[in-house]
Amino acid sequence: MSTATLEPAAHPGYRSRPFAWVQQSLTLAWRNIVRIRQNPEALADVTFQPIIFLALFLFVFGGAIAGGGGWRSYLPTLLPGLLVQTVVFATMGTGVGLNDDFAKGVFDRFRSLPIARVSPLIGAVLGDAVRYSLSIVILMTSGFVLGFRFDNGVGNGFLGMLIVLLFALSMCWIWVWLGLVMKTAQGVQGIAFLVMFPLTFGSNIFVPASTLPGFLQAFTKVSPITYLVDTERALMGGGALQKPLLITLAWMVGLVAVFAPLAIRAYRRRT
Amino acid sequence: MTTTNQVAIEAVGLVKKYGSTTALAGVDLSVPTGTVLGVLGPNGAGKTTAVRILGTLLRPDSGHATVGGYDVVREAGKVRSIIGLTGQYASVDEDMSGRRNLIMIGRLLGYSRPQARAKADELLERFELVDAGDRIAKTYSGGMRRRLDLASSLVGNPSILYLDEPTTGLDPHARNGVWETVRNLVLDGTTVLLTTQYLEEADALADSIVVFDKGAVVANGRPAELKAQAGKQSLDVRPAEPAHLERVAAIVAESTGTRPSVDVVNTLVSVPVSDGSSMPVVVRRLDEAGIAVTELSLRLPSLDEVFLALTGHTAEEKKSDAVLEGASR
Repeated sequence: MSTATLEPAAHPGYRSRPFAWVQQSLTLAWRNIVRIRQNPEALADVTFQPIIFLALFLFVFGGAIAGGGGWRSYLPTLLPGLLVQTVVFATMGTGVGLNDDFAKGVFDRFRSLPIARVSPLIGAVLGDAVRYSLSIVILMTSGFVLGFRFDNGVGNGFLGMLIVLLFALSMCWIWVWLGLVMKTAQGVQGIAFLVMFPLTFGSNIFVPASTLPGFLQAFTKVSPITYLVDTERALMGGGALQKPLLITLAWMVGLVAVFAPLAIRAYRRRT
Repeated sequence: MTTTNQVAIEAVGLVKKYGSTTALAGVDLSVPTGTVLGVLGPNGAGKTTAVRILGTLLRPDSGHATVGGYDVVREAGKVRSIIGLTGQYASVDEDMSGRRNLIMIGRLLGYSRPQARAKADELLERFELVDAGDRIAKTYSGGMRRRLDLASSLVGNPSILYLDEPTTGLDPHARNGVWETVRNLVLDGTTVLLTTQYLEEADALADSIVVFDKGAVVANGRPAELKAQAGKQSLDVRPAEPAHLERVAAIVAESTGTRPSVDVVNTLVSVPVSDGSSMPVVVRRLDEAGIAVTELSLRLPSLDEVFLALTGHTAEEKKSDAVLEGASR
């Protein structure tokens, strides 16, 4: 029997185009956006949840926390903090989604195609950048409706939104990694909540860190959430910016430096 | 370049272990271009592992394989450009419509947007999914989902197609639809590697069959050859009256000199025979005894019986009486 090779199939994918992986990644990012559009209830965590949290903390706890000023005086402090919490929570969806894709065999399909190996991973992260952006826009819009304004200038306000998005894109690598090494999506979600609640509530998001007991204050001094919240408050409302911004940027670099390689290694192991 | 005596898939000594479990213990396979190989075996026999290796999704621990002449490890990209893979569990994106699933794959393969749309339309038409094309795949029935999965694997016009248990869990109508599709693809020159737990399916579709058991090939050949390997023919007699079962069994035993198996549920008496010479004797004795029969046949053993003879256990332990009947006596 002859061992001659078969002709490649009659589709253009076979030809190795230099930037094919870019288009493939964009196609897979598009997939994640289409899935959101066809399955809007999956967006609850970045749409209703922030609005409900905003309403809850502003109207229920706001008066008590802000004291004499009522909820209106709490809004400028709360909104930048809630923005951080919302986006940090949204990042875990990336891991859950990836885990789900693997479990359902969708990744097997991608891997059986002649496409760049990293495209599905990049596509997933890019697609989720859209999700994060959406949650940022929804929360900020709700805040504006309730009377929030960028007191430190619109440019700085938008810079704040950009930084929180970039922070999400750095942090999501933790969940990408966990999503790839853990067996079930429920497992990822369980771990995520276990980490997210202490991380976001044990912080200066809702109350001044100085009101917390000593051990929690010690925790807030090392938590990146604290510095990101301070950065956001400085950019959107005014105040000291340099120190929190630098520490936040250092955390972002650190998160990517540690978890992106871990995630990529886990990805290679599974693919 | 595709001539009939060319090898589309060739595997030599494939071994894959998961910890202490050996999924494949040195498997050899060879599939000539344009033919259908049926890989038959129970759950856990290593069928899916073999498909995943040949589909470049898994590296073998040792051994090697070529698909379309390309090495599955070193030239995985080229292999991927000529294969289509349909997994055991339909790997479509359930949160997208059927049409968008197909468009996405077309785009990934480098089709332009209009090309990808045209290809999606063509495949939806071909797999009778036009009406459901814009519905989210989550809402599809099992048969529709399998058709979409099959359509997804054909977007790139593969010359080699892997079907991993394509009809598991489908009703007979949907199953026939998948069979029809496979037959048409083969007519167009596609090489197909099909895994199945259903002996009937391998018999219906495959040009040749390999039987997997515990990670090893325990038999291979054409369906008819495999049946012949199990040896003897079988003489079946089915009395019209269930009450006559015992008398028929006695007559068959006297006529053939072998104690037959009696299947009370299906009212069937079967006995292995080396040739057809005892058949006239059985007919005469039954006639003399005045026993009417609804079936009297001499047949090659079924693939179920072959499977039992080759592996020493049944293909699916809880499966049909036909298998148990052969095992019980």
